[in-house]
Amino acid sequence: MNKNFSLLFLLGGLFMLIIGAFAGVMISMVYLLPDFFKDYLPFNQLRPIHTTSIICWIVLTASGGVYYYLSKVEKLKLYAPKLGVLHLVIYFLVAFGIIASYLTNQMGGREYMVFFPLLMVPILLGWVLFGINYFRTLWGNVKNWPVYFWMWGIGIVFMIFHLSEANFWVFDYFRSDYIRDLTVQWKSYGAFVGSWNMLVYGTVIYVMSKIKDDVNLARGKTTFFFFFLGLTNLMFGWAHHTYIVPTMPWVRYVAYGISMTEWIIFIRIIYGWSKSLTKKDKRENSMAYRFIMASDIWVFLNLVMALFMSIPVLNYFSHGTHITVAHSMGTTIGINTCILFASVSFIISKLTPLEKIKKAKKFPFYFFNASLLVFWVALIAMGVHKAIWVNTNPDGLNADLHASSGIYYLIFIIAGVALFLGICMIAIPMIRTLIPACTYTLYPKAIQEEIDHLEEVHSED
Amino acid sequence: MKGTYLALFMIDPPSKQNRIVITVLVILFAIYNVIIYTQDSASSAPIMTPSAMAGEKLWQNNNCTSCHQLYGLGGYLGPDLTNVISNPNKGPGYVAAFVNSGVKSMPKFEFTANETDQIVQFLTHVDQTGFYPNKGATFSNDGWVDIEYK
Repeated sequence: MNKNFSLLFLLGGLFMLIIGAFAGVMISMVYLLPDFFKDYLPFNQLRPIHTTSIICWIVLTASGGVYYYLSKVEKLKLYAPKLGVLHLVIYFLVAFGIIASYLTNQMGGREYMVFFPLLMVPILLGWVLFGINYFRTLWGNVKNWPVYFWMWGIGIVFMIFHLSEANFWVFDYFRSDYIRDLTVQWKSYGAFVGSWNMLVYGTVIYVMSKIKDDVNLARGKTTFFFFFLGLTNLMFGWAHHTYIVPTMPWVRYVAYGISMTEWIIFIRIIYGWSKSLTKKDKRENSMAYRFIMASDIWVFLNLVMALFMSIPVLNYFSHGTHITVAHSMGTTIGINTCILFASVSFIISKLTPLEKIKKAKKFPFYFFNASLLVFWVALIAMGVHKAIWVNTNPDGLNADLHASSGIYYLIFIIAGVALFLGICMIAIPMIRTLIPACTYTLYPKAIQEEIDHLEEVHSED
Repeated sequence: MKGTYLALFMIDPPSKQNRIVITVLVILFAIYNVIIYTQDSASSAPIMTPSAMAGEKLWQNNNCTSCHQLYGLGGYLGPDLTNVISNPNKGPGYVAAFVNSGVKSMPKFEFTANETDQIVQFLTHVDQTGFYPNKGATFSNDGWVDIEYK
C-alpha cells in the first residue's frame, strides 16, 4: 500500500471521472425532460454530484501524478509515504461523506462547494499533508527547481489558501454584506481553479520534459515567464467572473488588464516542444503525445474564448449564458482532462511492456475529441441563443427560453452521451491496467517484482 | 529585453531570482487581499438582516443555486432571481407562491410560512444590491462597461 498509493489516487480519479461524466449525462436530460429522475434525485442534488466528481478527477489524478513522479521517476525518497496513504484514506472517506451529504440533502449550497461545510476540514487536512510531504521531500534534495516543482508547490499552497477563503462566508462579517460575500466567493473560485491549473500545467510540462528527456525545457526563461504570468493571473485575474456584480470598478480594471495577458506563453511552449520532438519520442509515448497535442488545440480554442470573455463589453452578453459553461467544459475536459489522460498514459507506459505501448487504439481518442467539439459548439450555440433571447425579450418567461432552445439541447445531449462513451473507452482500459498494479498486496509477490522490474527498465531507457 | 518587466527575472542565478519575484508577488497579493476584504461595497444596500441571513441559509441548504442564478452566477435551468422581487410582473407574492409549487424540474419543497418569508427577505436584500441584467450599463469603445449601481 505504502509503495503504490500514488496509483490508487489515479484509480480513484478515473472512477470519479466516469461517475462525473455519467451524472453530467443525467443532468443534461433535465433540459429536455424537466421531470427526468426528479422523484429519485432532483437536479439540485444531481448537479453537485457531477461538478464535485469532476473536480475530484482533476485533483486526485494531478496529486497522484505528483506523488508518482517524485517517488518513481525522480527516485526521490518520499518524506513520509504513510502521510500520503493517510491523505488518500482521508479523501476516500471525504468522498463518501460528500455523497452522503448530497443524497441526504444536507448541503452547504455554495457553487462548486455544495457539500456539508464541515467536510472542508478534512479536505484541507489532506492538502496540508500533501504539502508537508511535497516540500519536505524536495527541500534540500533538489537545487535549482525546474518550473514544474514550483508550479506544484504553488498549486498546493494556494489551494489551501483559496479553499479556506471559499469558506469565509461562515463569518458574519462577510456574509452580512452580500456583494462582499459574492466577491470573495468568486475571487476564491477563480484562484481555486488557477491553483489546480498549476498542478495540471506543471504535470504537462513535466511529462513533456520527460518525453523529450530534456529538463532544460522546464528551466528556460520563457517557461518561467509563463509560470509567473499564470501566477499573476491566479492572484489578480479572477474578476471577469464578476464584471457585472456591483464591485468597485478598480477591481474590474485590474482583472481586465491582467486577463488579456493570459495563456499565450503556454501555447508557445507546447508548440516549440512539439516541433522539436523526434519521431522516436512520438512513437514510444504515442498516447501521452496525442493527448498533449489535443490539449494544445483545446488551449488554442479556449484561449480565443477566454480572451473574448474577458473583454467587459462581450462579457456583458456572454455572462449568465452557456458560453461560460462551454468555457468551463472546454478547459476542464479539453485541456485538463487531456493533460491528465496524457499523465496517466505516461505513467501506464512505465508499467507496461514496451512492445505493447505502440498498440494503443486511435479510435477512442478521436471519438472523445470529436464528441467534445460538438458538445462545446452546442454549448456556445445555446449561449448565443440565450444572449440574443434575453436582450430581445426582456420580460420573457424562462419556460419560453427553454422551449425555443430544444434543438440545441438535443444536440448537446447527444454529444454529451457520445462524450461519456468516449471517456469510458479511454478511462476503462486505464483502470484495467492500473488495478493489478494498485492491488499488488492482494497478488502474489511476483507481480510486484514484475512492476518493479518494468519501472527499472523504463528508468534506464 | 533589457529594461523591461520581463528582464526582471531573467538574471542569473534563476533560482534566487525566482524566489525574489514570488516574494514580491506574494506581498502584493497580501495587500490586495486586505483591500478586497475590507473595502466598502459599491452597493448602497444595508447589511443583511438576521431574517435575510436565515433565508440565505435556506437558499444554500437546498442548493437553489444549482438551478437559479443571482447576478448571472449559478445554474441555468431556472431563471435569474436577482431582481425578481422588484419585477412588477413578479414580486414577493410570486416568489412565496412559487417556492413550494414543485412545478416542472423544481423540487417539491415544503417550506413553512416563516421559511418562505425568510427566502423572500433574502431575495429582497439581493434585489437592493444592484441590477441584473444591468440594462442601464453603458459601453465604451475600448471595450469597457460602466455598470449602473443602485
